[in-house]
Amino acid sequence: MNLVYINSANGLSKAALETVTYAKKLGADVAVVTNGGADASVLASLGNYGASVVYQDSSLDGQDPSQLVKLVAAAAQKVSATTIIFSHDLIGKAVAPRLSVRLKAGLVAGAVALPEANGNVKVNVFSGKAFGFVQVNSATRIISLLPNSIQPEANSVSCLVEAFDSQAGASAITVKATKKPEGAIPLPEAERVVSAGRGLKGPENWGVVEDLATALGAATACSRPVADIGWRPHHEHVGQTGVAIRPNLYIAAGISGAIQHLAGVNGSKVIVVINTDAEAPFFKAADYGIVGDAFEVLPRFTEAVKRFKAAQH
Amino acid sequence: MNILVCISKAPDTTSKIAFTNGDTQFDENGVQYIVNPYDEWYALVRALELKEAQGGNVTIITVGTPADDAVIRKALAIGADDAVRIDTPATDAYFTAMQIAEFAKGKGFDLILTGKETIDYNGSQVAGMLAEALELPFISVAAKLDVEGATVKAEREIVGGAQEVEVQMPVVISCAKGMAEQRIPNMRGIMAARTKPLNVVAPVALDALTTYSSYSMPAAKSSVKLIDPNNLDELVALLHNEAKVI
Repeated sequence: MNLVYINSANGLSKAALETVTYAKKLGADVAVVTNGGADASVLASLGNYGASVVYQDSSLDGQDPSQLVKLVAAAAQKVSATTIIFSHDLIGKAVAPRLSVRLKAGLVAGAVALPEANGNVKVNVFSGKAFGFVQVNSATRIISLLPNSIQPEANSVSCLVEAFDSQAGASAITVKATKKPEGAIPLPEAERVVSAGRGLKGPENWGVVEDLATALGAATACSRPVADIGWRPHHEHVGQTGVAIRPNLYIAAGISGAIQHLAGVNGSKVIVVINTDAEAPFFKAADYGIVGDAFEVLPRFTEAVKRFKAAQH
Repeated sequence: MNILVCISKAPDTTSKIAFTNGDTQFDENGVQYIVNPYDEWYALVRALELKEAQGGNVTIITVGTPADDAVIRKALAIGADDAVRIDTPATDAYFTAMQIAEFAKGKGFDLILTGKETIDYNGSQVAGMLAEALELPFISVAAKLDVEGATVKAEREIVGGAQEVEVQMPVVISCAKGMAEQRIPNMRGIMAARTKPLNVVAPVALDALTTYSSYSMPAAKSSVKLIDPNNLDELVALLHNEAKVI
């Protein structure tokens, strides 16, 4: 059986559906193990993506990776898992390496595709500038899947939800405060992202960025200098030292496209660059480019998107 | 406070990425190696700041060959007290983490710090593996780190936000932007680094769990299609019909 770990404490994320889809596409039956107190009906809906059973330990809040590793290891033993899938998100990065040591199972971190015919798994290396193909030498393998690498796909099977006691012990980590804006699309999961840089000249000008993002149903992001000066929150910073993202559509306004920025966005399927400087290096990495002033282009872009959406209805 | 900082070499950000031997090996020809920026700017510098404020010792450790000594000396020049090199090429993350765990076991380190990932393999694996091997708590991708008595107060990244957490030492922490600012080594540091202890330790016998069997480069981007800034309807139509992303 293939086992998937998901965090369902805040409902089912798109990343969770991607990992279940991925596990189902590997061929065997899929079991899911999760922490948190989500409703059984919510968890049973994972059957729509191919999960046959969900083991839920509602006593764990998911804050301590050393508890989660015990949860996943106990479930792996119960279903004799041969492949264990995580999302390569902040929880996957904390738990999957621990599980690798605990089970002595090779970890492929940051997979971008299903395994090749020879079993090797493709990952991003050199900050997205190349791909590597990883061979796992152990009988059990662990794969963490980079968000937005595959799309969730319906594959209905009947799905049981069972309570599961992982006996993970007490949490060693005490959470004092959580800072998280409500309702925003988490950047690593967003399919469309509108991003802006110093070319916007000040935080008070972000309205044109937000308007386009709203029209497109996109998340907003920013370049490093913008986060460093405090115009935008740090979690919006994409690039080498910030978040690495791979949306279907990345729109960058007023960002020159330094190599460190590109390292965080070069996995995007389509890149649109808006810049007054026709020589900006970002145009070399772009699919579509507009040489123009973001303050004029962004509102026109928003209007064009609205016209397009109105015509669709 | 006894701090162990795990460092890795990494090719300079501007290095040309190419592969050799039938695309099975990274082509090191002309590549300049640096200390992996997350290990240096955040983990090492924050360790030094904590030591300067509260006393203690900062040891750096890497798994590598004598060719990596130059990178170790650079980290010593920034201010670490002593260095350890496990004398074997670092194969995969598991191999690397288990070598470091074997060395660290029983040595009484209060804090074990790494960067959040290396800029070459981007796996974000070694810190979590070390924590499991040493049976320690793990704070992954921390942007702030303070120590009060035996309590670590940290801020870690969560999806779409941040979280303040507390944990008792000893603990393993992977470090990200926000924790400290880069330090440029001065001449005195560089001179002192030459005589600081660099202990070469024999590796333990163990097998890697994974192997990079080959590499490939992404398909070259076709050149950018320029759109008239006065005709955004055309761009929207292209994004819908050609790119199929809206």
